[in-house]
Amino acid sequence: MTLKKTFVAGTMLAGAMTALSFMSAGAAQAQGELVMYCGVQEEWCRAMVNAFERETGIKVSMTRKSAGEVYAQVKAESANPRADIWWGGTGDPHMQAAEEGLTVEYKSPKMGELQDWAVRQWEQSKQRTVGIYSGALGFGYNTELAQSNKIGEPKCWADLLKPELKDEVQVADPNSSGTAYTLLATIVQIMGEDKGFDYLKALHKNINQYTKSGAAPAKAMALGETTAGIAFMHDIVTMVVDKAPVKVVAPCEGTGYEIGSMSLIKGAKNMDNAKKFYDWALTADAQKLGAEAKSYQVPSNKSTPVPPQAPKLTDIKLINFDFAKYGSSAERKRLLSKWDNEVKNLPK
Amino acid sequence: MSRATLGWIVLGWVGFALLPWYGFERSAAPTLADYFVSGSALVHGFRGAWWLLPLLVPLGMALVPVVRPKAESKGTWLVASGLLGLALIVLQGFTIGLNGWTLDILKGLFGDPGPRQAGMGYGAALTSTAFLIVLCHGLAARGWCRGDAFVTSSIGIVIALIIVFVFFPVSTILASAFADNSGNFAPVEFVTKFLDKSIWGLDCLTSDLRCGVAWNTLFLGLLVGFGTTALGLAFALIATRTSFRFKKLLRVMSVLPIITPPFVIGLALILLFGRSGALSAVLFEWFGVPRSRWIYGLPGVLIAQLLAFTPIAFLVLIGVVQGISPTLEEASQTLRAKSWTTFWTVTLPLMRPGLANAFLLGFVESLADFGNPLVLGGNYEVLSTKIFFAVVGAQQDQGRAAVLSIILLAFTLGAFWLQHAWLGKKVYTTVTGKGDAGLPLPLPRRVALASYLTAIPWALFTVAVYAIIVVGAFVRSMGRDYTPTFEHFLTAFRVERAEWGLYFSGSAWNSFFATVKVAALSAPLTAAIGLLTAYLLTRQRFSGQRSFEFGTLLSFAIPGTVVGVSYILAFNVPPIEITGTGFILVMCFVFRNMPVGVRSGIATLSQIDKSLDEASLTLGAGSSTTMRRVVLPLLRPAIVASLVYSFVRAMTAVSAVIFLVTAEYNMATTYIVGRVEAGEFGLAIAYSTVLILVMLVAIVAIQLAVGERRLGRRSASTASSPVAVQAVP
Repeated sequence: MTLKKTFVAGTMLAGAMTALSFMSAGAAQAQGELVMYCGVQEEWCRAMVNAFERETGIKVSMTRKSAGEVYAQVKAESANPRADIWWGGTGDPHMQAAEEGLTVEYKSPKMGELQDWAVRQWEQSKQRTVGIYSGALGFGYNTELAQSNKIGEPKCWADLLKPELKDEVQVADPNSSGTAYTLLATIVQIMGEDKGFDYLKALHKNINQYTKSGAAPAKAMALGETTAGIAFMHDIVTMVVDKAPVKVVAPCEGTGYEIGSMSLIKGAKNMDNAKKFYDWALTADAQKLGAEAKSYQVPSNKSTPVPPQAPKLTDIKLINFDFAKYGSSAERKRLLSKWDNEVKNLPK
Repeated sequence: MSRATLGWIVLGWVGFALLPWYGFERSAAPTLADYFVSGSALVHGFRGAWWLLPLLVPLGMALVPVVRPKAESKGTWLVASGLLGLALIVLQGFTIGLNGWTLDILKGLFGDPGPRQAGMGYGAALTSTAFLIVLCHGLAARGWCRGDAFVTSSIGIVIALIIVFVFFPVSTILASAFADNSGNFAPVEFVTKFLDKSIWGLDCLTSDLRCGVAWNTLFLGLLVGFGTTALGLAFALIATRTSFRFKKLLRVMSVLPIITPPFVIGLALILLFGRSGALSAVLFEWFGVPRSRWIYGLPGVLIAQLLAFTPIAFLVLIGVVQGISPTLEEASQTLRAKSWTTFWTVTLPLMRPGLANAFLLGFVESLADFGNPLVLGGNYEVLSTKIFFAVVGAQQDQGRAAVLSIILLAFTLGAFWLQHAWLGKKVYTTVTGKGDAGLPLPLPRRVALASYLTAIPWALFTVAVYAIIVVGAFVRSMGRDYTPTFEHFLTAFRVERAEWGLYFSGSAWNSFFATVKVAALSAPLTAAIGLLTAYLLTRQRFSGQRSFEFGTLLSFAIPGTVVGVSYILAFNVPPIEITGTGFILVMCFVFRNMPVGVRSGIATLSQIDKSLDEASLTLGAGSSTTMRRVVLPLLRPAIVASLVYSFVRAMTAVSAVIFLVTAEYNMATTYIVGRVEAGEFGLAIAYSTVLILVMLVAIVAIQLAVGERRLGRRSASTASSPVAVQAVP
């Protein structure tokens, strides 16, 4: 019997060692700690963490995930929250979390320094989430392919319907991507619901692929896999800065935008530190880290220098985006299922 | 009373009276006193946690047979003690939570909020285990499994682990299939969600509309299942039955795809076959083949999955093909069967368990695969990505994800039953103790030809894909800017010399160390539990065996996203509160990858004649010696397969871990996914090449440590070959 027992005992020992080796988490430091879920690019997250640690001595444990993933996780953890603050990522999931009471109200002393759109977001969410950056929706095209396909220079949403662009436009599926949902809501707000859906049906003929991720069309353009692509303009700018033959377009009819947001998690174990971070993240010093980390969104603090590469919100015709209506889960479900039934299943 | 039983009873007391019953807060710094006595259930019990004190009753009951060692009632006392102990622990654990009573009824009866308690710690874990083992020993004493306490304990442990780490979390999320968004029971909503046209529509048969996602998934799964089995068989036949010169190389190459992090194969395929891909450019310029996007959709996903999962089929089949005894084939030839007839009627049927298992794994892997459809799927939708985006996408509809998971689960289980029906009750034993000095027959000419024609182009194709990957790691931006650079490696893996030693300043080091640690810990655990389960399933007979087998397969069948979310739902609150630790990652990997250990173990074990075990036992060896000297050495290919697979999987899995990673335990794949999302393909590919190297080293190390199986057959070099001559048809 001995070997069988050794076998069992060995397995158990390995199991116990595993448990032990992981549970010896480091002791808290003098200044306390902060658990942060970060919804933007790794560099930017990392830069924020380092700067905040240097300034306050608070130890930050940061996990980077996409906004939808953070939302799903915060919701799943709501009985025993692990995170203190959720910083970054597109506004819809933040609004959704606010609606479901997963986050808490907070009025920062820095509110006066913010742009109107950031304050409006905060008011619409009943003080539960605040704008930290924003980015306009737009499209881009691969200049080399546009030349060889003789497409000219598309300038407006309407130009994307040109027959020369058949099978040459890429956009994400609004069911999976917040970017594409922003497109859906934007078109509906610019053209009205009926005309808007007519537009989307016409656009469907030119779409070669509904991607899963919102930024994928930007990459596909850079690689030459598609001629035109619809995405957030700062995502396309990242490709341009990387020297891809891509041109960014701010549509002439006007366009919608996202507000990257920040929320305090309800039941946070380090609420005081989370509030410290919240106040700090709204300062100009903290917000200028974005451009340094090659993220070209427009910061929400009025006195933050806007990076030169960033698409200027003043040059873009922004619509008055109704985040309260189009961010609510009922309206979103309705629009998405309408899009599924009327647009996505159309024959090409 | 055996010493083992006594030991476990003592451990049960130790867990209750000495070790800390509750887990520590993550930010707390426990002192030595917290570890011993003062945090124990006994002390807590007398200080107000009255619900822990009833546990003294079953602990006392276990002592009865110690004090009064009378044979008849011994087992009954142990069984009663174990059952009562486990029941009490489960009862108090699930009714008293972090914020008081967990059930509304109790709140109404005894007042809100009621007593509180934290998650279980070492003490609780040890005592629960002790109760379980005591129960199993009791059952053995009452004559279960021929009174073999080792067998009953093993079965008990595996069942308990499966219940805790598979059934419990999965049931929490599947329950949400029957709930509406606010969590109320809504069966009607389930039916509407289930019958949705986007799932079951058949429009693609009659028009150019799309078919439902369920049919897409099934069709892809079947293609991949057949494809991987055929390719795997071709590789396995070449590796074992021919004198092909580059066998070793072929082996390495066929294993490469399995150790490739997700997205990378898809990315490489785009860079090769995409509209502006390298091969498309050549075809366009030389032959005028117009550039198109054919790679996005079914063809792309199919190719990527064939590349990725053929190695699994190969790993399963090579053990089986090696194990087939030449005796039967020689007998067939002596009876004047031509070599083709022999292959078709003897060799191939003997491979059935291997073929069926390889097919099952390919099919299930294809169903659960997430990375390839994400990158290459185009407009061809499959269940796994649908489920992921039902959870994290703009819909944020967990119920829908659960409904889709149920469909996915049904497909997997269907495949499982079909496989069983096909294998039937036939016997596939070929490794017996009898004189078996035959030389494996060379393949009939057409089989050899077919194998070569399948395997070699495929191997070349694999080489091309990997060439792209290697190049991608060393150029600035693959597909656009081919300036050579080390930039990507420096960003990820920079090491600086500081005054106090080396400082790992690269951005990937953290996740790299965490990944290696988790993978290295989960691999041996996975292999041990998987092979133990396989041993129980093939060598022991007990009631409920089939549902036991089904339970082991369950976690494999459920898509990673669902497993990830369900692990948070189940393990974020007491009694088992382990989210945020590395432990949960290890457990997640162990139970997701265990089925491969089980499958390859079963495939190999069903070839090994029981009479070998019996002979060893008859000659006076204990069952431990039998296991060590006879069974385990014959199981070597299965051990290698499950160790390699679980190590590799722990390093490359994405969807399940996205929700489980924390700042401390970030995994390499989530880092890579983040890079791919940000469009930094170069960095993602560079990191992947490093991971590939690490895994290659690990595989070689595992091979060396476990060693080859020797079946005591003549090798081709020493044999003058009268047999080989007959091979010419």
